[in-house]
Amino acid sequence: MTLLTGWGRTAPTPATLARPRSADEVAALVKENTAGRGFLARGLGRAYGDAAQNAGGTVLDCTALRPSWTLDPEAGEVTASAGTSLHDLMTALVPRGWFVPVTPGTRYVTVGGAIAADVHGKNHHVDSSFAAHVRALTLVTADGSVRVLGPADDLFWATVGGMGLTGVIVEATFACVPIETSRMRVDVERTRDLDQTLDVMTATDDRYRYTVAWIDLMARGGRTGRSVLTRGDHATREDVRGVVRGDPLAFGPRQRLAAPPWVPDGLLNRATVGAFNAVWYGKAPTAKRGLIQGVTPFFHPLDAVAGWNRMYGSGGLVQYQFVVPFGAEDTLRRVVGTLSTRRVVSFLTVLKRFGAGTPGMLSFPMPGWTLALDIPAGVPGLAGLLRVFDDWVVEAGGRLYLAKDSRTSAASVAASYPRLEEWRAIRDAADPDGVFRSDLARRLRL
Amino acid sequence: MRNALGSVDTVLLLGGRSEIGLAIVARLVRDGARRVMLAARGGTVPDEELERLRRLGAEVHVVDFDASRPETHQDVIDTAAAKLGDLDVVIPAFGVLGGQAVYDRDPEAAARDVAVNFGGHVSAGLAAARRLREQGHGTLVVLSSVAGVRVRRANFVYGSAKAGLDGFAQGLGDALHGSGARVLIVRPGFVIGRMTEGMTPAPMAVGVDEVADAVIEALRSRARVVWVPARLRPAFAVMRLLPQAIWRRMPR
Ligand SMILES: Cc1cc2nc3c(=O)[nH]c(=O)nc-3n(C[C@H](O)[C@H](O)[C@H](O)COP(=O)(O)OP(=O)(O)OC[C@H]3O[C@@H](n4cnc5c(N)ncnc54)[C@H](O)[C@@H]3O)c2cc1C
Ligand SMILES: NC(=O)c1ccc[n+]([C@@H]2O[C@H](COP(=O)([O-])OP(=O)(O)OC[C@H]3O[C@@H](n4cnc5c(N)ncnc54)[C@H](OP(=O)(O)O)[C@@H]3O)[C@@H](O)[C@H]2O)c1
Repeated sequence: MTLLTGWGRTAPTPATLARPRSADEVAALVKENTAGRGFLARGLGRAYGDAAQNAGGTVLDCTALRPSWTLDPEAGEVTASAGTSLHDLMTALVPRGWFVPVTPGTRYVTVGGAIAADVHGKNHHVDSSFAAHVRALTLVTADGSVRVLGPADDLFWATVGGMGLTGVIVEATFACVPIETSRMRVDVERTRDLDQTLDVMTATDDRYRYTVAWIDLMARGGRTGRSVLTRGDHATREDVRGVVRGDPLAFGPRQRLAAPPWVPDGLLNRATVGAFNAVWYGKAPTAKRGLIQGVTPFFHPLDAVAGWNRMYGSGGLVQYQFVVPFGAEDTLRRVVGTLSTRRVVSFLTVLKRFGAGTPGMLSFPMPGWTLALDIPAGVPGLAGLLRVFDDWVVEAGGRLYLAKDSRTSAASVAASYPRLEEWRAIRDAADPDGVFRSDLARRLRL
Repeated sequence: MRNALGSVDTVLLLGGRSEIGLAIVARLVRDGARRVMLAARGGTVPDEELERLRRLGAEVHVVDFDASRPETHQDVIDTAAAKLGDLDVVIPAFGVLGGQAVYDRDPEAAARDVAVNFGGHVSAGLAAARRLREQGHGTLVVLSSVAGVRVRRANFVYGSAKAGLDGFAQGLGDALHGSGARVLIVRPGFVIGRMTEGMTPAPMAVGVDEVADAVIEALRSRARVVWVPARLRPAFAVMRLLPQAIWRRMPR
């Protein structure tokens, strides 16, 4: 038995780890033992809560399903084993002039994890989520059969965003994005308050492929919701002429720093986070256009410090991410206002505008605003506060992101994922005996 | 499943009418627990208790449970698991407190009560632990007592059963180490409530609510032992050292 947690390092549970290397090995494992506490695929464990845990059961570490990928430059498609990380893919693809269709805020996720959570990136308002770019996926189902699924299959749309509960994804083919350089051309802009943030994003987000706002939650009063907007596009050769010497597609992620193995509890408190936020906001230019940045600072700034989640000490952290539809800006204001007045410590608070969702039955994104917060789990009164937010979000027609959740209720999920029943019917047909299970599924009665 | 902030989903109370037990359950439900099973002698629990938990949002089931019939205990655990799903918190809260004078006159009654206060906890505790171990998570809350920390002349039948129970719970906690399942040992002092009705409260007596609050806090922090009130811990560190000649004369 191995004790597993998600990225938030809360609620550890033990499971038997297996490391299948192929679809056949996955099928054999699933077939030979259908009794007991079931199976679950796990990627790089970047889901914050208990999505990749299966207490008392078997967890299939899918990172051994690698490293294999092929690029079809004619079709602009990549076929990769599910255990391939986006980091490895990007390291290989970028110098060849291709970019992944969607990358989350870290590239240390697997292709399987990206599909199972139907992840979104800074380009959601233009390109939707990962599943929108998947042409085919290979799934090992509960009966041990290996099925190739495409967007015409219901099981495909139950699997994308399905959090590993329909089976084990072993391979996928997805479209990639051609790029001329490995750099980003970026505009940075500061806003005074939340209203200005929303206005600017609404008015001009569509000019950029990638956009995000970082909110300084420590600012209060008239400055509540002041933000730094970073928006950009893949730089062209023209953009980097004279700025970048050598191969414009060169991509060598720098050596990562490591967080110290042990950190005193309470390191991230109101004072330190407040100082960090003030500095971050303060150092951002009021407005700066045409900055040339690398992939890591633009997409994955946190990847520069390996194991940064340990900075939260032994109590771990809770990530709270919700989406509310356009028109529900008041809910957003209430949440941001409450966090600011209650002085809740959130290290990185990120706001993003979503575009169209995918037909994924449990996919999270929908057109609207999404806000993501990182909060130390030990903050007093947090459970009650987040329960109140859950109610506001559900009332506004929004929902929480399962890949980030570690504490919401079955009732709020049932009330906010309108296609849950439809998903259940398809899942039950594919897995009548409940072979695939997770702590998340038990907690939220999925 | 226990969530990241310590709330749970399911609770099984053995001794389903226990005042302390119900106070703990009500708090867990207020904190988010949604499925509860109350296991009580005769399979009945007063309506107002059921209503109270339902109003707080829980789905409540009742099942027959007799602590003095160990041969039925595995079944009760299985029934609970079938109804609730994984058992997040199991609270064996049954117990009887007879007077020492009665026990002195009626050894058979004494043995019967010990069979509930100790034997019943062994069979129910082991059956529950087996399930929790399989699940890879869950907490068994054992209601021990300071009466068992150092047994007194004034109630040594009850006290010795609690001493046995406390030792059992410590051993079980160690046995479960690494399985994901845990044991929480609760050591209350004198609790002013139904069980002690008519008795004069001992020093440092607490109310039922204080015990329940302390249990909730301990569950949240994943403590192994909780004394209620907390001051009893240093007090008993001293009392354990008193010479037997003095201890023997403790009036109660
Ligand atoms: C710093 C950071 C930033 C992030 N930013 C974003 C973001 O911007 N946008 C976003 O959408 N998400 C974001 N995430 C969340 C992350 O992208 C998702 O949780 C993703 O699913 C993690 O992939 P993983 O390989 O680590 O999967 P895991 O965390 O190991 O598993 C996640 C889920 O996928 C399932 N799964 C994994 N592999 C397979 C497989 N082969 N077959 C079937 N199911 C499988 C698991 O069962 C589980 O339910 C972020 C996470 C971190 C830590
Ligand atoms: N009160 C204190 O001062 C104190 C101090 C320390 C520890 N404790 C312990 O805390 C636990 C709970 O006590 P409490 O204060 O809640 O007392 P309580 O209200 O009297 O509860 C005890 C429960 O045990 C039940 N019970 C007794 N024999 C049983 C049997 N054979 N089968 C099934 N159930 C049986 C009783 O059922 P009925 O309803 O049918 O009688 C009663 O509901 C007990 O283990 C007690 O020893 C209490």
